[in-house]
Amino acid sequence: MAPKRIEVRAPMSGVFFRKPSPDTAAYVEIGDMVKKKQVLGLLETMKVYQKIKCPANGEIVAILPENESPLKDDDLIFVIEAS
Amino acid sequence: MFKKILVANRGEIALRVIRACRELDIKSVAVYSEADEKSLHLKLADERICIGPAMSAASYLNIENIINAAEKVGAAAVHPGYGYLAEKKEFAEACEDRGIVFIGPTPENLKLAGDKISAKRIMAEAGVAVIESSPDGITNLDKALGICKKIGYPVMIKASGGGGGRGIRICTDEEMLREDFAIAKAEAGAAFGNEELYIEKSIENPRHIEFQILADRSGNIAHLGERECTIQRRYQKLIEESPSPGLTAALRESMGETAIRAAAAVKYFNAGTVEFLLDSDDNFYFMEINARIQVEHPVTELTTGIDLVKEQIRLSAGGMLDYSYDDLNRRGWAIECRINAEDPERNFLPSPGTVETYAPPGGFGVRLDTHLYQGYELPIYYDSLIAKLISFDLTRQGAISIMKRALSEFVISPLKTTIPLYRRIMDDPSFRKGDFDTGFIHKFVAEEDEFD
Repeated sequence: MAPKRIEVRAPMSGVFFRKPSPDTAAYVEIGDMVKKKQVLGLLETMKVYQKIKCPANGEIVAILPENESPLKDDDLIFVIEAS
Repeated sequence: MFKKILVANRGEIALRVIRACRELDIKSVAVYSEADEKSLHLKLADERICIGPAMSAASYLNIENIINAAEKVGAAAVHPGYGYLAEKKEFAEACEDRGIVFIGPTPENLKLAGDKISAKRIMAEAGVAVIESSPDGITNLDKALGICKKIGYPVMIKASGGGGGRGIRICTDEEMLREDFAIAKAEAGAAFGNEELYIEKSIENPRHIEFQILADRSGNIAHLGERECTIQRRYQKLIEESPSPGLTAALRESMGETAIRAAAAVKYFNAGTVEFLLDSDDNFYFMEINARIQVEHPVTELTTGIDLVKEQIRLSAGGMLDYSYDDLNRRGWAIECRINAEDPERNFLPSPGTVETYAPPGGFGVRLDTHLYQGYELPIYYDSLIAKLISFDLTRQGAISIMKRALSEFVISPLKTTIPLYRRIMDDPSFRKGDFDTGFIHKFVAEEDEFD
């Protein structure tokens, strides 16, 4: 059976951050195994940060936006293959 | 007087400064980021100049770009507004070095205002009551435990380099301090690049009262009365008013005199605000000096008739301050509601988007400071403050009635805003009686962690 593909989308428009601060490593990279509720990235909207959390256990297979790029509501951010 | 002023800000405060310039016959120059090409401040200014990309760090916080812009347009002075570079000593110094007047306090004032521990030490030496606190910054738990034992719980842990209410924790006992100290340290390091914390005694259910001050270069200082800023959420002010329903004339005189003493102790120049905490026994303690024009300045303007932005400009151009509080024709009551593009029903989640319907309130006793217009798309990059609605009447009850009526007229859709919350507060019996403390907002919104 093919693994289930899960999409993580922007809950609203905002600027996407892959890491908590410019000098630190990214929260996740392609190929990382991730757990449900794990923080995958941050979305900054009007100076308020919200955590983008992982909806299920699995593997990150795609990260679409670049770090610090502006997203619109519902833009695709991560693709996860559920395990 | 200056011939041309560059306004180093955006949003409603940029409009506020541009309007003051227009009335003073001074040319104004708007700066803008690439995300602000359709902002209202560009339309009202005499000239406009782009200072960089959307992210604030590359534009509105970029000292070099802003000073280059000021030189390019030949501006004699820069008004920083509030936020962004308004309290950055480096910016004020850079202006000075390049022969541009910074309309605001001196770099020394800004340095001290940003260093809360030194500011409190100087205030204590000047005989101004301060809240009992650690004598200097702390990074060591054992030292923190010793200090707290001495000053008594509950205590507040704050980041030495912090501001705007961020990074504050309250510990009710030793066990909680042991748990929270390391977390607070890590947070302070991550947020402000400085792990140092300071500890002060937590005053339970205080009121937050601040005094507006003005000072000229010769050391003349006046206070312009108080602002009541007790109604806050997460240390962010929501509603401000002047005067405060919590002060007697005698207390006002004593606090005003103390505010002047505090400003004199640091040789303060230009407009500023001395913040106090007032406990339930009318003891008041110095908190900090805000070295800028504040968001809530209109309530002081409406009750004193003094245009604070024009005064900032006049004082920076070398004008003298030749009046005191007793000379003012102070009257009436003013209330301000800060309207944010946030959803009060969903834990104040931001609400970006395009303003499709815009119907501003008007009529007697209404002042509206806003950069909104119909069709404006709120950029995702900047603060959610979209309007300041201020009401004025001869009495507090009258000002509340006008505010209630104005809020009911105000339509900003489809964005979610804090207008419905303010409508509920205007009907609240304890608000109407003027009986509230800093915990007031929890009657309306739950205390919970953000977006987890």
